[in-house]
Amino acid sequence: MRGDLQLIQDWIAPGSRVLDLGCGDGAFLAHLKATRNIQELGLEIDAENILQCLRAGVNVIEQNMDLGLQNLESGSFDTVVLAHTLQALHRPDLIVEEMLRVGKNCILTFPNFAYWRHRLALLTDGRMPKSPQLPYEWYDTPNLHHCTISDFDELCRRKHIKVLSRTVVDHGHHSSPLIRLSPNFFGINAIYHITR
Amino acid sequence: MPGAQKKIAADSVGLVSPERLHFDEPLKLRSGRTIDQYDLMVETYGTLNAERNNALLICHALSGDHHAAGYYDANNPKEKPGWWDCCIGPGKPFDTNHFFIVCLNNLGGCAGSTGPSSINPETGKPFGLDFPIITVRDWVNSQARLADRLGIEQWAAVIGGSLGGMQVMRWAISYPARLRHALVIAAAPKLSAQNIAFNEVARQSIMSDPDFHEGRYYDFNTFPQKGVMLARMVGHITYLSDAMLREKFGKASSDSNFGRDLRSGNLSFGFDVDFQVQSYLQYKGQTFSKNFDANTYLLMIKALDYFDPAVDYGGDFSKAFAHSQCKFLVMSFSSDWRFAPERSREIVDNLLKAHKQVSYLEIAAAEGHDSFLMPIPRYMQALHAYMGRVAVECNSGGHR
Repeated sequence: MRGDLQLIQDWIAPGSRVLDLGCGDGAFLAHLKATRNIQELGLEIDAENILQCLRAGVNVIEQNMDLGLQNLESGSFDTVVLAHTLQALHRPDLIVEEMLRVGKNCILTFPNFAYWRHRLALLTDGRMPKSPQLPYEWYDTPNLHHCTISDFDELCRRKHIKVLSRTVVDHGHHSSPLIRLSPNFFGINAIYHITR
Repeated sequence: MPGAQKKIAADSVGLVSPERLHFDEPLKLRSGRTIDQYDLMVETYGTLNAERNNALLICHALSGDHHAAGYYDANNPKEKPGWWDCCIGPGKPFDTNHFFIVCLNNLGGCAGSTGPSSINPETGKPFGLDFPIITVRDWVNSQARLADRLGIEQWAAVIGGSLGGMQVMRWAISYPARLRHALVIAAAPKLSAQNIAFNEVARQSIMSDPDFHEGRYYDFNTFPQKGVMLARMVGHITYLSDAMLREKFGKASSDSNFGRDLRSGNLSFGFDVDFQVQSYLQYKGQTFSKNFDANTYLLMIKALDYFDPAVDYGGDFSKAFAHSQCKFLVMSFSSDWRFAPERSREIVDNLLKAHKQVSYLEIAAAEGHDSFLMPIPRYMQALHAYMGRVAVECNSGGHR
């Protein structure tokens, strides 16, 4: 399992209702089902991923979340997860609002664009940064709205979103003294647990 | 060629034969009337396992019947297989290596089950319009009796497309403990005004045919063939998509026909058939009208018009599913405008509102409403994937 998912599973209560936005092949939800007896729902648009979900017995709805979550009732899920997808959405701020409406609490993960190597690439080469987290060229990247940890903190302040917990980690999803010293400079991935 | 054996594919269920089952316990109908006794024509494929937990019920749509797969005649190379042969057989999505599959001709049908063309024991004549109006709920009640007869306490899955999908939803509502999975394909929560309007054209076509004789055409040794043909032609247009008709008929077939879908190169300057789509539609209507009872057609479209489970729940469709226990797989097809994807999403949204377990796919397909009968690759893969999981549950003693 991807490191960020390993870290967030402890925030998911046994027996709860979990919505995973962009659930991929459903492996994370299948794992939560097996270990925490959750009631799951995944949203996905990739045909092969949807087939994998069906094979895994994971409930999956073919739905483009960029068009909103209007079909889901307010407060109908305990936890809504959005892992490594925020930066690829048309309006990240609106999806965060929708997540907070549908779920009692939400978990978001995203790559920190202000990581010092990204800053250095832009500063020295004058080129769009690339890294294992951001492997794309500027012209073919699915990522539309990169943000930094400071940016997201600011969004939470403006929207009066309560941050229950924030974890910032490196490639291997570990923290370090440097990251704790300056998360927005040394951190590669950000993991937020938020609520209203 | 006498005795010429046809080649039957390895993944076909092969030669099959239907069975007529008689039920003599009166069935109370939604309309308040009662059918004292009735026959159901049933076809089955595969084997019921010792745990009796691997049975699938296939519900047919408007013009379907019990013959969903395989062949009847080994010597007729022209015979077409059952109507859902692409889905039923060894290695197919409804895999006869794993499942015992039951398909029946619904009550009111004209393929052997008791219907308007059957003899009314009270009069010794065909029922005609005296046959009671049957609703989706009545069908499902009769199907539950069939399940009792076959010793099936709980279906592994109940499956259907279009009007068949409506029966599936009714199963989940009326008999929540008797199915583990519900596959609702190309269906709708209820008909739209437009759907009912098309049905009204079909109804008027049949009833205004001089050979209809108030539904007593059997007594006059005739039948309203023109009316049924027209009804089917209108219906058929709603089963196809504009794109598919263009693909099929919108192309030039020779240099001389000005790039139009003319049957011959020349305009007739009369009202005969100029365009291929005309003869296609007439052929479809004619073939159908020779084999399908007009009164049954009227019954079937009435059952469609009346389907609306939400009426018992103050108009809230989600409440209808409050007690449903099964998992749902809902599927729609992009070019279906009879029951468009939005209608399937309404079903999904209401199931989600009721906190039910549901998966949903919208399959890209050009074939319109009829897509649900076609072996469209992504559709077949999805059925395979889902039913594979159902088969695993059966093997691990699946029962709730």
